Amino acid sequence: MANTQSMCTSFLGDLLSAGHNFSTTNIARTINTVDVFKAALYLATATMNASTTAYSATNEVSGTGYTAGGITVTNGVAPTATNTSVTAGVGFWTPGASFVWSGVTLATAFDTVLLYNSSNSNKAVSVHTFGSQTITAGTFTLTMPSNTTTTALLRLATV
Amino acid sequence: MLITTTKGEMDDSLLEKREGSVDNENEFTTWVEYWLGSELVHRSAHVTLKKLPALLAEIAQLA
Repeated sequence: MANTQSMCTSFLGDLLSAGHNFSTTNIARTINTVDVFKAALYLATATMNASTTAYSATNEVSGTGYTAGGITVTNGVAPTATNTSVTAGVGFWTPGASFVWSGVTLATAFDTVLLYNSSNSNKAVSVHTFGSQTITAGTFTLTMPSNTTTTALLRLATV
Repeated sequence: MLITTTKGEMDDSLLEKREGSVDNENEFTTWVEYWLGSELVHRSAHVTLKKLPALLAEIAQLA
């Protein structure tokens, strides 16, 4: 088994039915409430990929200082959409702060973080992988890429 | 400097410090370890994600 970095396929369908709101303004609902997104860590032996549809505790890391379900993601900047030509539109979003787990011991190797929507049935958004890690009485920090059209964590672009 | 370890707070002068990093197209990662003899008593890591391939969207051409 292995984890594979990908936007989750179910997320693509959810977008077309307004299943996720990354903004305080919601054009599809009557209440403008931003959804709460969370980040959970998974073992290197898990099988997280585009087929992942929702958060699950199966194969999630466990250890001192780690709470099942992960941490709440800071949603500091609303999604942005720009267009440099008649066809080249791109929408993008990146969490507003790093994901930080302090004072943890995670003895079993992990290499994946799942971003999911805890406001909507824990539906999966995306799977991100990195080199396998363990943490011993320490801190694990996951810093986000720059929130730009080419590097944002989530990017939807026309072709 | 005091380091949080599996044995509580310890002065770093008592420990061996090991560091490393990985830089590739997906991530830039650094880690620091403190060893007490042959025992790992602290390990922290910092991963900076670079980017995820974008979802490319297209629409069907109307005939």
